[in-house]
Amino acid sequence: MIQVQHLTKTFRVARRSGGMKAAAKALFRREYDTITALNDLSFSIDDGEMVGYIGPNGAGKSSTIKVLSGILTPDSGSCLIDGRTPWKDRVAHVREIGVVFGQRSQLWWDVPVADSFELIRDIYKIPDSLYRKNVSELAELLNLKDIIRTPARQLSLGQRMRCEIAASLLHSPKILFLDEPTIGLDAVSKIAVRDFIRTLNREQKTTIILTTHDMQDIEALTERIILIGKGKVLLDGPLNDLKAAGNDHRSLTVAFKGSFPETLPEGVTCSERLSERAVLTVDTAVIPVSEVIASLSREISIDDLSVSGVGIEELVVDLYRQYRI
Amino acid sequence: MKGYLSLFRIRVQSGLQYRIAAAAGIATQFAWGALRILFFKALYETNPAALPMELPALCSYIWMQQAFLAMFASWTVDKDLLDMISSGSVAYQLCRPMDLYTNWFIQSFSNRLSRMLLRCLPILLVAAFLPYPYGLLLPKSPLSFLLFLISAPLGGVTVVSLTMIVYGITFFTLDSRGFRTVIFTAADFLTGSLLPLPFFPEKIRPLVQLLPFASIQDAPLRIYTGDIAGMAALQTLALQLFWAIVMVLGGRLLMARALRNVVVQGG
Repeated sequence: MIQVQHLTKTFRVARRSGGMKAAAKALFRREYDTITALNDLSFSIDDGEMVGYIGPNGAGKSSTIKVLSGILTPDSGSCLIDGRTPWKDRVAHVREIGVVFGQRSQLWWDVPVADSFELIRDIYKIPDSLYRKNVSELAELLNLKDIIRTPARQLSLGQRMRCEIAASLLHSPKILFLDEPTIGLDAVSKIAVRDFIRTLNREQKTTIILTTHDMQDIEALTERIILIGKGKVLLDGPLNDLKAAGNDHRSLTVAFKGSFPETLPEGVTCSERLSERAVLTVDTAVIPVSEVIASLSREISIDDLSVSGVGIEELVVDLYRQYRI
Repeated sequence: MKGYLSLFRIRVQSGLQYRIAAAAGIATQFAWGALRILFFKALYETNPAALPMELPALCSYIWMQQAFLAMFASWTVDKDLLDMISSGSVAYQLCRPMDLYTNWFIQSFSNRLSRMLLRCLPILLVAAFLPYPYGLLLPKSPLSFLLFLISAPLGGVTVVSLTMIVYGITFFTLDSRGFRTVIFTAADFLTGSLLPLPFFPEKIRPLVQLLPFASIQDAPLRIYTGDIAGMAALQTLALQLFWAIVMVLGGRLLMARALRNVVVQGG
C-alpha cells in the first residue's frame, strides 16, 4: 500500500542569461530560480496494482520515483509505503522495493553479470535457496542463460536491460519501480520486457509503478494511469475511461489542394499540418464528421481522406494540451 | 556484514586482475625510492650532524613508504565514485539496504589494500637485501613492530576518511578537480610524502605533527624505524586514534548532509 499525501519538493537552480556581461555579473551575484518539481502531490496505490505514471518531460515523474524509493527527501508532505516513510527508514524500506532506472546501470561494469548478481545476493542477504530459485526463474523468463557469464560492458542495450530488471528482482521485492524500462530498446526486446512485467504482476502480485513516454507500454501493461504535469496529479483513473473519452474523437487525415482554412469549425483541432496534408481531431460530441467534411470541401479540393479512431498517443497529447503542460 | 565482506572481496579480486599495472608500479617505486635515497645521501655527506634522522633509519622509512604507497598515498581517489556522483548513478547505490558511507569506505579501503598487497612484497624483499645503509632494516624492536601493526591500520583509516571527505564535498560541487588538487597538494606536503616530517623546520614541525595528515604515514613509518618509541609512540597512537575517529565522524556528517540536500543529477 502506497499513500502519498501533499508531497512538495522544490529545487534551487542557478540561472543567468547568456553572454559575457551576464557571466561577469554572475561572478558577484548569483540569481537562483526555484523550480517546483512536486507540488502538493497526492495519490494512493494498492498492493498488486500496476500503474502507469505518465507526464511530459520535467513533470516530476523521476522526482516522485526518487522520493518513493527513499533517495530524495521532500520539502513537505507525507508518504507511507507499507507503514514506512521511505526517506526516514531508508534501509528497511529499500529491502522491500526494486528499482530499475532505464538510463542508468546497476551492474558492475567489468565483471560477468553472474558476479553482480551474487554481490546483490550478499548485499540483500538473500537466502541461498531463494536466490537459486529466483535466478533460475528470471533466467528462464528473461532469456538470460547465454548472457549471464558475459561482462556487463559487452552486452547490447536490450540484453543489459533484461539483466538490470533481473538484478532488481533477485530479492523478491514487493514493489517494483520501473523508470523508463524500455527506453532505447528494439521492438523484440520491448515486447519481451513487457511480457515479463505482465507475468510478474499477475503471478507474483508485485506492485508495479511504471514511468514511460512509450504509450504502447502503457497500453500493453497498465489498467490505471496517473497523469502528472508541473508536479501535480492531473488525472488519476482507469485507462479505459481515458479511452472512452477518446471514443468521441476521430482523427481525420485530409490530402488537399488550395489554401487551408484558417478558422476551423468548433470541435475541430488541427494536430498536424503540411502544405498538402493535414490531420484534424474531431470531437464528435460537438460536430459530426460528415459536417466537418462538408465544410472542408466547400473551401478546398479534397484529394484523399481517411477517418480513424484516435490512438493513445494523440489522447495523451490532447491531455497535455488540455492541461497546458 | 556479509554484504560488506563480499564488496571487499569483489574489489580485492578485481584489483588483483591488474598485474601489469602492479609490475609497472613496483618498478616506479624502486626508481623513486632509489632517487630519494641518493638525494638524502648527498645531504648526509655534506653535514650528517645537522640532520634529524640517521641514514639507515631514513632509508628504511623511504622503502616502507614506497612499499605501502598504494595504501597511504593521499591522492588516490576512486574515479567510479566521483563519476557516480556527478552523473547521478549514485541513485542506485542509495536504493541498496546499506549505509552509503560504510559502503564506500569499504570499497575505497579494499581498493587500496588490494593494490598494496600486490605491490608491497617484492619491494620489501628486494629492499631488505640491499647493502647497509641503503636497505630496509628490521623494525627497531619487537615492540616497535607491534606498535607499527596498530599504527598502520589507523593511518589507513585516516587516509580513506580523507578521501571520503573529498567524495562528500563532490556532492556539493559536482566537479572535484579544483578542491581535490588543493587538498591533495597540501596533503602531499603535510603527510611527509615529499620530505619526512622530522626534516621540517623547528618552528612549524610541532604543529604539523598534530595535524591528521601526520597520522597517515609519518606516524606508522617512524614507529617502525624506532624514530618514535616509548611514551612518544603511545601518544602518537592516541593522536592517530583521535584523528581517525574525528575524520570518520566528520565525513559521516558531511555525507549525511549531502544526502539530505542531494539533487540526484539528471532526470
